[in-house]
Amino acid sequence: MAIFNLNVNGKKTQVDLDPATPVLWVLRDHLNLVGTKYGCGIAQCGACTIHLDGVATRSCLLPVAAVGNKAITTIEGLSENGDHPVQKAWLEHDVPQCGYCQAGQIMTAVAFLKNNPHPSDEEIETAMNGNLCRCGTYLRIRAAVKTASKS
Amino acid sequence: MTTVKTTINRRSFIKVTSLAGGGMMLSFNWLAGCKPTSQEILALPKEWFELNSYIKIGENGAVTLMSPNPEFGSNVKTSMPMILAEELDIDWKNVRVEQADFFPERFERQFTGGSQAIRQGWKILRTAGATARQMMIRAAAQTWNVPVEEITTEAGTLQHLPSGKKAGYGELASLAATLPVPEEVPLKKVKDFKIIGTSRKNVDGLKIVTGKPMFSLDHTQDGMLVAMIAHPPAFGMKVKSVDDTAARAMPGIKDVFTIKTLADEYERNGFDTTSFTELVVVAGNTTWEVMNAKKALVIEWEKISDSHIVVNGWGGKQTVRIPAGLESTAGHKAQMAEMAKKPGKVLRKDGDPEAAFKRAAKVIERTYSAPYLAHNTMEPVNCFARVTDEHAEIYGPIQAPESIMQTLVARLGMPKEKIHIKLARMGGGFGQRAYGHHMVEAAVISQKLKAPVKLVYTREDDMTYGIYRPTYTATYRAALDEKNQLLAFHVKAGGIPETPIHPNRFPAGAIDHYLAESWSIESNITIGAFRAPRSNFMAGAEQSFLDELAEELGKDPIEFRLELLDRAKTNPVGENNDYDPDRYAGVLKLVREKSKWQEPQPNIHRGVSAYFCHNSYVAEVLDLVIQNKNPVIQKVYAAVDCGIVVNPDAAANMGEGGIVDGIGNALYGEMTFQDGVPQKTNFDTYRMIRQVEAPKSIEIHFVENETDPTGLGEPLFPPVFAALSNALYKATQKRFYEQPFISGLDQGFAD
Ligand code: FES
Ligand code: FES
Repeated sequence: MAIFNLNVNGKKTQVDLDPATPVLWVLRDHLNLVGTKYGCGIAQCGACTIHLDGVATRSCLLPVAAVGNKAITTIEGLSENGDHPVQKAWLEHDVPQCGYCQAGQIMTAVAFLKNNPHPSDEEIETAMNGNLCRCGTYLRIRAAVKTASKS
Repeated sequence: MTTVKTTINRRSFIKVTSLAGGGMMLSFNWLAGCKPTSQEILALPKEWFELNSYIKIGENGAVTLMSPNPEFGSNVKTSMPMILAEELDIDWKNVRVEQADFFPERFERQFTGGSQAIRQGWKILRTAGATARQMMIRAAAQTWNVPVEEITTEAGTLQHLPSGKKAGYGELASLAATLPVPEEVPLKKVKDFKIIGTSRKNVDGLKIVTGKPMFSLDHTQDGMLVAMIAHPPAFGMKVKSVDDTAARAMPGIKDVFTIKTLADEYERNGFDTTSFTELVVVAGNTTWEVMNAKKALVIEWEKISDSHIVVNGWGGKQTVRIPAGLESTAGHKAQMAEMAKKPGKVLRKDGDPEAAFKRAAKVIERTYSAPYLAHNTMEPVNCFARVTDEHAEIYGPIQAPESIMQTLVARLGMPKEKIHIKLARMGGGFGQRAYGHHMVEAAVISQKLKAPVKLVYTREDDMTYGIYRPTYTATYRAALDEKNQLLAFHVKAGGIPETPIHPNRFPAGAIDHYLAESWSIESNITIGAFRAPRSNFMAGAEQSFLDELAEELGKDPIEFRLELLDRAKTNPVGENNDYDPDRYAGVLKLVREKSKWQEPQPNIHRGVSAYFCHNSYVAEVLDLVIQNKNPVIQKVYAAVDCGIVVNPDAAANMGEGGIVDGIGNALYGEMTFQDGVPQKTNFDTYRMIRQVEAPKSIEIHFVENETDPTGLGEPLFPPVFAALSNALYKATQKRFYEQPFISGLDQGFAD
């Protein structure tokens, strides 16, 4: 057990746990931030995507001890009321079906658009390729990222 | 104007009461209007006539609609209330939709699956909405002392034009609640619909994009423990002994024990599929701690011996043999090849197929096969339970809560009145969530621990637990005469452990000499419903064969199908053909027009396919190009006849999902076994379709008609398997008989 001071969604918080605990479970089990999802636990599906200093990161394989001073942003910290341009684009295209993968999709898209505000269709596809959607909403995801890139 | 009765079998299924604090509540039975078909599994219990849904109209005009169907992404939570709101004539923006829990005394049938939700809900929801509206009108007529006929409604407002009187529903709701339920109410004409047929956004959209807790996996409670299971590593094995010393000593661990998930001598129902009835459980404080402790378990496994289970499900009580043995994919293939050669069980025979095949100038025979598939919903199996001596609260993803209630009653030894099942939004269902073993497991664990518990399957547990789509093989034969005319048609199909065949489907009815046969092979690997059960294999096989046959006959593949359908219409063979040739032909013609089928483009390889299942007709054309020696799917056109489309954009979303899912499973989907051990355990080995592999665009066209709505979640899925294989043939000059197609694509293509 060890104590870690984390900066999650702009708030300082302290946790006392096994340093090997993946951030995914710190968020879900210790901080009750359950928007970040468990899908595979081996960095294959993207459901657990968060931002570490703005960079999209798979939280399921990220030990809490490796976070250091970096700021963690989760889907809950993206906006107060769902009015981030990417969230708005998601609503406009009515992307979700079951909804389970969508937080991860949105977090990947936000970080991607920050680096590449005006991507080509091909760049969007490649950037979003790491996020599985079992319901097959891929076309709407693409369209929503495109819309967000125009706003 | 059509009118409908508000009574069924002399019992009213609508009841009106006053709301505490003012307003009206109209309760009704969501599913009372639904006629059971032979494919529906359970007999109708008398509780069906209990009231299981409601409309509440508050004094402030706010309207709450209760949706009893569990949501797994097919958007029923939005589209079903739209139907109610239409007849009630209210403003959609004032409507709130709630998810009903499963109360045994009120909800004896809540099932999302089989694309049945809309079909079952349609009439009843319209009637309930129309009744509530009619009662508002009567309350207004009484208050204003004017004739009922002179009152009109619009967007939740009542109006009496001659006198200029006006009132919102809310103002009259309390009075309406005291009036008798009218025996007959008028329904709107389809052309007057204002909400149905317009696109409305998912009512839970905002919650999803902001990451609100919506799934049972997100649930927590004070004092809640996390539990995980260890199940045998192979089908055909069971627990022999457990050494839990190391696991118990790990931080955060509360208990390790073994559970039995079914009551002794329990007679299973159709949804009681469970792969392993004895499981090792680790319970502790947090997911991570429990995951680690699970790895420290030392379990000895042993082989099972032959056994029999009694299942009282589809088609009555049956004794099913569970054979001992550690099965492998290679062995399955050999067994299936063997069975495919032998005569099967005759399911349908028209004319004299044997004689026709004997005198044929030419016989074409092709065999198609497909592997087991894992559902791989993005949300792994999980369930919350809090079981005390007095009460059981169970919250989890389930498509068929009424069946698992029976299992819980038997296993927990509690009457159903004490068991409360709360329906969670599902992170995908695809048929897997029809089976509620996880609910029983969670409940048994909580009962044992005397604490609230969240049972969590790891992805590996989820993928290796079973309840797969079965593996299948189908052999098709066609007899041609010397003039190269189709003489006879023979399909023989089977699988492990069930046959996929629907003997009365197309092309039955279109060919004079027709034979359908089935076979099956026992196994200890568990199977279950998977998006469009059986059709998900047969469509691909049949429609690939028809494509090859059309080529052999020198006919355009769409033209060939239309000729057969014309025959089935004008001079049908046999009586039980379970499709409507006109609607079938309708979607083929529509897709031909929309895809400009008759104007082929250079370097674009196209395949066509059409199928009827879940009461809907779908035809698809798939275009692919070869880029860097890889097939890239440019576009899929779909023509769909599913009756009236309630929520077109949401319907398109479902349709796109079905197409993407079909392409993914056709190309990559596969679970294999070695000595009973599932060979794929997570998404690194089980390939799923990803963003770059999805079609570049999908165009869905709905046939416009006034037929009552039918299924949409499943029917777009099966035909795309063949649209893809037929397009791949055009690109490669090679036919694809074995799924997943990727195995035949290894070498890539010439550009
Ligand atoms: S849960 Fe982290 S990538 Fe799948
Ligand atoms: S919306 Fe269901 S997994 Fe993506």
